[in-house]
Amino acid sequence: MSLINKNATNVRALVVSNKRVGQYFQLIISIGDLAENCKPGNFVAINVGGDSSRMVLRRAFAISRVSTNSLNGGTMELIVAPHGQGSKWLCNQGEGAELDVIVPLGTAFGIPTEPVHVLLVGGGYGSAPLFGLAELLNAKGCRVDMLLGASTGSKIYAPMEGKRAVNSLRIYTEDSSMGQGGRVTDPIPQVIADSEIAVIYSCGPMAMLSAIDSITRGTDVVHQCAVEESMACGIGICMTCVIPVMQPEGNIAMLRTCIDGPVMDGSVVEWDKVGKAL
Amino acid sequence: MSALDFSTTLGNAWFPAPTFTASGCASSGRELAQFIDLSSIGGVVTKSIMNKARSGRPTPRMAETPSGMLNSIGLQGPGIESFIAKDIPYLIDQKARIIVSIAGETVEEYSVLARKLRAVSGISAIEVNISCPNVENRGLVFACDPEASRKVIDGVRRTIGGELPIIAKLSPDVTDLVSIARGVVDAGADALALINTVLGMVINLDTMRPHLGGKTGGLSGPAIRPIAVRAVYQVHAAMPQVPILAMGGVSTGRDALEMIAAGASGVSIGTASFGNPHAIIAIQDELKHLLVSKGFTSLRDAIGFAHRPESE
Repeated sequence: MSLINKNATNVRALVVSNKRVGQYFQLIISIGDLAENCKPGNFVAINVGGDSSRMVLRRAFAISRVSTNSLNGGTMELIVAPHGQGSKWLCNQGEGAELDVIVPLGTAFGIPTEPVHVLLVGGGYGSAPLFGLAELLNAKGCRVDMLLGASTGSKIYAPMEGKRAVNSLRIYTEDSSMGQGGRVTDPIPQVIADSEIAVIYSCGPMAMLSAIDSITRGTDVVHQCAVEESMACGIGICMTCVIPVMQPEGNIAMLRTCIDGPVMDGSVVEWDKVGKAL
Repeated sequence: MSALDFSTTLGNAWFPAPTFTASGCASSGRELAQFIDLSSIGGVVTKSIMNKARSGRPTPRMAETPSGMLNSIGLQGPGIESFIAKDIPYLIDQKARIIVSIAGETVEEYSVLARKLRAVSGISAIEVNISCPNVENRGLVFACDPEASRKVIDGVRRTIGGELPIIAKLSPDVTDLVSIARGVVDAGADALALINTVLGMVINLDTMRPHLGGKTGGLSGPAIRPIAVRAVYQVHAAMPQVPILAMGGVSTGRDALEMIAAGASGVSIGTASFGNPHAIIAIQDELKHLLVSKGFTSLRDAIGFAHRPESE
């Protein structure tokens, strides 16, 4: 048996509920015992468009939260932005719809063994998986501070129930329509200077992740980021979702963000080489 | 189900089933092994391996298109030494039958690769990929040039000797595919792999520039299947004695049977595995049922059936 994709299972899964949350859709999907293998950071790959669809590739979505003991058994929550044809199709699937899902996939956020002080940084709906992570960190006794940012307030995803697991939450919008004006990365240098942040967990656009890395590089702060590159398969066979990563041997390798990610150590990603030929 | 001989041959290599992974669509095999038993399919065609490690083209490397996708990987891989040390033993361990795909930037590189593979046991055949569209210089697509194609195959043939079957992988992006096919068969190819991806492009309307990092990419998926069926049919008509491994958008057992009827001895599944990691198994099962339901007792009787006159 291979270690790659070792928990991944291809199942037919039912949509338990689908409701609109601001600009996003919250889907709860029944996945039974597989929920026990899902960790914050993992993602799923879902077929879209039905059997006669002209969309031949799966769509990847971060698992925002799982429940192992809901009324419907094990479930997972996805927060989906209806951007393209595939995600729009998924957002139109109502209760009882059957989905072809591969779950769970990819790496997960590492959880500290000690109750340390952590900072969670989310951009847009990239914040979704951070709330499930916050619950886990909170249960470990960590102090959890959170910064969320977006271009505008309607793109902030911050559910009421999610806020319970965080000690503090600050919101930044570029158009000042919600929270404070500015970028979510603006306050990070001050936060690091004022408190003993051991780990920054981040999820959002690549530019945000890169900006966080430029702040944490050379410091003791560990930066665990969930990266995003477009992928065709989600299981490591298509080689499209690669990013340049510094290897222990000193060479740079194009690693697949589906099996070596999405959660990666930000300090080894060669951010200025993303999207360039090596 | 009545007895069906599902086996096939490519040159002197025998396979229990006519269904294979497509080059570049199964990575090292480890990734798919979570979903399918690699020994239960006809064989694994590896990614095209080069002499040195190669990082490939910049991202974005992928664009979905109607019933297909463009890819622009650029032959990313670990290089032949690492491949022989790590990937081949894994596939042998899985009891997979192995077709090693090789790619080079020069005629000499193909010969070097053949020399390094000559001593490796457990390989059923070598696919010589002379048609990858994702190289910097389109002049490097040997399969667009009859003389260059012949030279590559001749070099590999001389190096490898007569034992291992050579499968030449050709591009559909040529004016006269049959003449290219004849050239490589004359130079010593035992079989042909048809077709590689079709060169394409998508413009990103946000940036108003080509979407892919490599600008152009290879189109695959059901969108190109009729092109592949046509290519297989034309080449089989010209050279019915040369076995063809067919690929290009095969997603169902029916698609596979179309290829076989057009003249294919085997079928590779690529893009379909991206959408469904079990695709090869499903295609294999459906193909078996189709053959039996049509009264065939042997896969071989169906190969090239579409070329028979109406009266038969």
